[in-house]
Amino acid sequence: MSILVLAEHHDGVLSGATAHVVAAAQQIGGDIDILVAGEDMAGVAEAAAKLDGISRVRVADHGTYAHLLAEPTAALIAALAGDYSHVLAGASTTGKNVLPRVAALKDVSQISEIVAVDSADTFARPIYAGNAIATVQSADPLKVITVRATAFDAVGETGSASIEAVDFVADNAQSAFVKEALAESDRPELGAARVVISGGRGMGNGENFKLLEGIADKLGAAIGASRAAVDAGFVPNDMQVGQTGKIVAPDLYLAVGISGAIQHMAGMKDSKVIVAINKDEEAPIFQVADYGLVADLFEALPELEKKL
Amino acid sequence: MKVLVAVKRVVDYNVKIRVKPDRSDVDLTNVKMAMNPFCEIAVEEAVRLKERGVASEIVAVTVGPKAAQEQLRTALALGADRAIHVETDERVESLGAAKVLAKLVEQEQPGLVILGKQAIDTDNNQTGQMLAALTGLPQGTFASEISVAGEGDEQRLQVTREIDGGLQTIELTLPAIVTTDLRLNEPRYAKLPDIMKAKKKPMDVKQPADLGVEVASRLTLLKVEPPAERKGGIKVGSVDELIDKLKNEAKVL
Repeated sequence: MSILVLAEHHDGVLSGATAHVVAAAQQIGGDIDILVAGEDMAGVAEAAAKLDGISRVRVADHGTYAHLLAEPTAALIAALAGDYSHVLAGASTTGKNVLPRVAALKDVSQISEIVAVDSADTFARPIYAGNAIATVQSADPLKVITVRATAFDAVGETGSASIEAVDFVADNAQSAFVKEALAESDRPELGAARVVISGGRGMGNGENFKLLEGIADKLGAAIGASRAAVDAGFVPNDMQVGQTGKIVAPDLYLAVGISGAIQHMAGMKDSKVIVAINKDEEAPIFQVADYGLVADLFEALPELEKKL
Repeated sequence: MKVLVAVKRVVDYNVKIRVKPDRSDVDLTNVKMAMNPFCEIAVEEAVRLKERGVASEIVAVTVGPKAAQEQLRTALALGADRAIHVETDERVESLGAAKVLAKLVEQEQPGLVILGKQAIDTDNNQTGQMLAALTGLPQGTFASEISVAGEGDEQRLQVTREIDGGLQTIELTLPAIVTTDLRLNEPRYAKLPDIMKAKKKPMDVKQPADLGVEVASRLTLLKVEPPAERKGGIKVGSVDELIDKLKNEAKVL
């Protein structure tokens, strides 16, 4: 077996998620190559070559691959795929954008966001927002797979793989990069934060979300919200954690004034430690919380901020 | 410009799904079904494009069982002009759905196709991208804003995409495939008179075989299990006790 892993990078830096995807590739077994596609990729290629367990780093360094636009990147991977039994990428917005396109170009299914490798053709993946885990077997000659990075421990960086250039240049007259606006906030983004603090309808109004900010600053946390808080107009939709919002799995999740609707729990129940603060001791959120505090959040939050 | 919108019938997002006792799949007996939330956003965007005079006709399509006509009627009530139901009882995977949609794109020649970014049942997030590959069209996935500029051959679609950590704007030639993210719009509710009117709008029913498409699964579903059960923990009596537990027991502070 031979596996191609698409490297992810931003601003000329190899993203940490790639080492997790390589770990999933190692569980499948076989030779592992990394594909580094982009512009001015020397630094990223060198970083990728250090990852443990890599045979070759194949570098497609060309302007057409800048920002890893789906059309040229998928064409590149499809052109190389004949050498491989598996193509893997992280289940990031990049992997999710590019890999289904590769799969369709090769007329195979894609297996999305795997969380476990049972064998070279059998994988586990969450469905229904993580409310069930499906085990699926692929009969396709080429397995195209995205990997949930948090489900696999990163490989080390003691390797020294060879680096080879790929000459294939995909034509692309269909799509062009215009601009990128990455969050300027000092806070981490919801999906990647180690700590998340979310407010629900119990916050009462949008102004009261300020009560979460001081705590978020002290903990280096991202701030989220339940759908109820979004529907009530307290905060914008991009803060929503839940089945119809962002799925998060931080080390620590603090749910404040959130009752625990199914659709919210679907988005946060894989967090390592869950804390719930709610004045209603019957709230369903307490059934999944490791630590529950039955209290008025307007008293508990200022106290928590002061004592942290 | 003609706009094609794909919708999917899925479990209502408020339903707590259960795994069948034999672990063969999830149990959907007598469960409330609804239009996939991301598909509602797709329909809404098409309707707004028509209201702005960009779209001339909206065609709603679905691939699924007979009951999925309910979701097509919803799309018609929300403002779609006609519907196409590709009827099958197979467990259609993203690739099969994309092949059906690619045939419909060939027949209908839309200027734009809008789909939800993922269905909340299988959570695949694949169909739009696969459709783009099969039709050879550019893709704007996870869209939070779209706009059309220019005329004729110079016409371009600007798509602002929700990417990890922020927003990316790209420009696509038309026709193009767009998949919707949450912030693209807030879908309206259908009004009763529109629901009545929708019953009279045309709905074309086809079989995958009529389109020459094979939708059988490529993946074997070996088993479906409930996720590891999360046990409820303890109640703490004060903020001090909470901080102590988080520091010394959970060690997350």
